[in-house]
Amino acid sequence: MSSAGTPSSTVKSRKTKWFAFGALGVAAAAFLFITFGGIGENLVYYWGPKELRAAGRKAIGATIRLGGQVAPGSVKLGDGVSNLEFDVTDGTATVHVVSRGVPPQLFRDRIGVVVEGTMTDRGSFESSRLMVSHDNKYRAPEDRNVDIKTLMRSTRGLEDAPAKADAVARSPSQ
Amino acid sequence: MVPLAGRVLVLLALLAASAGAVLGFATGRRPSSAGWAWTRRFAYAFAAFMVLANLVMEYALLTHDFSVSYVAHVGSRSVPTWVSIVSLWSSLEGSILFWGLVMGAYVAVATFRNREKHPEYMPYAAGVWLACGAFFSFLLAGPAQPFATVPNPAVDGPGPNALLQNHYLMVIHPPFLYLGYVGMTIPFGLACAALLVGRLGHDFIRPLRNFLLLPWIFLTVAIVLGGWWAYEVLGWGGYWAWDPVENASFLPWLTATAALHSALLVERKGVLKAWTVTLVIASYLLTILGTFMTRSGVFNSVHSFTQSAIGPTLLAFLGAALLFSIAALALRVDTLAPEGPLETGPSRDAAFLVQNLLFVLFTFTVLLGTVFPLVVEAVRGVQMSVGRPYFDKLSVPIGVALLFVMGVGPALPWGRATPQQLRKALLPPLIGGSVVLVLGLLLGARNPWTLLALLFGGFTAQVTLSEIALPVRQRMRAHGEGLVEAIAFSQRRGRRRLGAYVVHAGALLAIVAVAVSSTTGTSKEIQLRRGETTALGAYTLTFVDADRFTEPHRESLVARMDVSKQGRRLGSLYPRMNQYENQREPVGTPAVRASLTEDLYLSIHNIDVESGSVGLLVLVNPMVSWIWIATAVMALGGLVALVPASRRETVLVRAASAAPAAAPEPQ
Repeated sequence: MSSAGTPSSTVKSRKTKWFAFGALGVAAAAFLFITFGGIGENLVYYWGPKELRAAGRKAIGATIRLGGQVAPGSVKLGDGVSNLEFDVTDGTATVHVVSRGVPPQLFRDRIGVVVEGTMTDRGSFESSRLMVSHDNKYRAPEDRNVDIKTLMRSTRGLEDAPAKADAVARSPSQ
Repeated sequence: MVPLAGRVLVLLALLAASAGAVLGFATGRRPSSAGWAWTRRFAYAFAAFMVLANLVMEYALLTHDFSVSYVAHVGSRSVPTWVSIVSLWSSLEGSILFWGLVMGAYVAVATFRNREKHPEYMPYAAGVWLACGAFFSFLLAGPAQPFATVPNPAVDGPGPNALLQNHYLMVIHPPFLYLGYVGMTIPFGLACAALLVGRLGHDFIRPLRNFLLLPWIFLTVAIVLGGWWAYEVLGWGGYWAWDPVENASFLPWLTATAALHSALLVERKGVLKAWTVTLVIASYLLTILGTFMTRSGVFNSVHSFTQSAIGPTLLAFLGAALLFSIAALALRVDTLAPEGPLETGPSRDAAFLVQNLLFVLFTFTVLLGTVFPLVVEAVRGVQMSVGRPYFDKLSVPIGVALLFVMGVGPALPWGRATPQQLRKALLPPLIGGSVVLVLGLLLGARNPWTLLALLFGGFTAQVTLSEIALPVRQRMRAHGEGLVEAIAFSQRRGRRRLGAYVVHAGALLAIVAVAVSSTTGTSKEIQLRRGETTALGAYTLTFVDADRFTEPHRESLVARMDVSKQGRRLGSLYPRMNQYENQREPVGTPAVRASLTEDLYLSIHNIDVESGSVGLLVLVNPMVSWIWIATAVMALGGLVALVPASRRETVLVRAASAAPAAAPEPQ
């Protein structure tokens, strides 16, 4: 290898610099592509029935995770797999949901659920995924400000510590 | 009494770490053997206090001492003993304590192994480690406090998270993750030392690489164990969902992998020193970011992470570490000048650069998709996440490009290649690529990205295997040795090289398996009554019966499914749903019939024993087993590269210090 400082290596290092700039340019272009090309159309919104109603036509076709409570008496389970219908409510607004797929074990009236899917022109929410909340303390109607995301993560059963630790620390006084 | 002992030990660890950190930096500035000796003693003391504190916690967990707040939080008399033991890392405060244990072990080992080496760097490195150790001790002493005293202890506790009890993978996944995460502290300290000293010499890149490789192996295994656990437990049939929790472990892995490669260029050519140091530092910062993201509850809501003081404290530490790193880099980066020019023509050198850029691009992609929702929520108050399509759309091309570079790079010679060399290097592996591609087409793969992955996979496989075989063949030809003899010699002498290519073999297998399994599977959801039958692909499933089993800590609802394939009976599968005492929602345990070609995956969504009905998700997932096998291969390759390298290193360093000019160029 030629040692630094000889003419050929200066030429080389200048070339290296251009190469580095070129590479950085490519990386920056790719980065911009990611930022503006990819992310915008792949957002998943965490909405309650109220936000979903407020979004109006924006909700049609968008990917939405709708969280809320199964309205009492609204569950209609047809025969087979694909005919499950129910209403999701947050106490103020209600959205009719048509679900494909097999419902989870604890699915029933009044339970906290998160459905993933989109709004259709017909005014009902088409769900491709139905999840039931793991959180024992979730009660939608009493709690007007349902934190959909907390509910969402609780459906995976993975949410950890701080909230739970608080709950334990507080439990004697409850 | 027990809580007090724990608190005292944590405070002693804090004291030892703080004193050692200050002394380490002071000794780094004004070298003295006494200063270094005392820094080492403080490092060992920090490790010892952390080990003792963890033992105290284990004692409290095993004796069900509910006067310790953490035991009151996760302990239970009704769980098996092994659950009590692993409860140490089942929840936040305990896992930070466990973090301290792992950190103590790493710091002690790294200090001990380098006690007589690298005298100018080591005090700074130990200073940085112990500063990090002091922070985690502080976290344990203040915000986390697993040893708080419960004034009126209960007779029994709630027990740990049901998911931990449900599957052994959840028991071993966290330790591996911590061994990976915490281990990044060591290379971080070494990189900072190189910056502070203002030199990254030949002798010092080796410990940096080895101490980066060790946590890298653990992190690799941990990431896949997490995916495996998700596959075996969560019941949606996949192993990776680009969840923030998963991304958090993937991000430092990406930068560490890039750093392991650029370190090779530092070692061989003396270039990319500052870049390598930056990647190592980034790996550590990303582990802290990952810890913050997964452990502070920030993903539940940006506004809820302040519920506990741990989140903000971690964030403050991340900020401080980031500032320190940026300042150190900005002030000292000039000192790590390259020793020669970068080769940019078609060459192995250039392949390394491309590989590094791809990994950094991958890191940005994942980081952006993970953090974007947090920023949006903080700024606009809108809750959202970035969907899988974003990650899939961007990671697939990057993954395929990496596969390509992994094949082309090792095929190319170092330095600039001539057109003949290029043809000779790149044309033959196309045979392997074509064979695998045709095989995939015959077996029904149609997705263009999958086909591309198969082509590059075959190409890379041929290159990798011939690189593994190369020294053996050379040896046989040059010395007329037999095959066994030649293999024994080449794996004894060139183990690091061998290990690297074994890792490549595992990595290419993993990428191909992911590509195939994610594009060629089939699935269906079905509700069955007792005696009913359903079919998916070549499989026929009959729901025979549902049953209920009761154990002390849980109750299980089990479905018996008879499985046959193309009319041949394969036996029965028993997907189940476990109900734990302390959790309302049952935890499913899917039944997986794994084979080398494909998995049959049955997951219960609902089950009713009395009326005899079951709602099932049925999937056929091709090649998933190969992901687990590939990971084992990668870990094995990493170990092969690690173990003798460190032994040889000592020999080389001694030889180098005796006769610096005669230091042999590593192969």
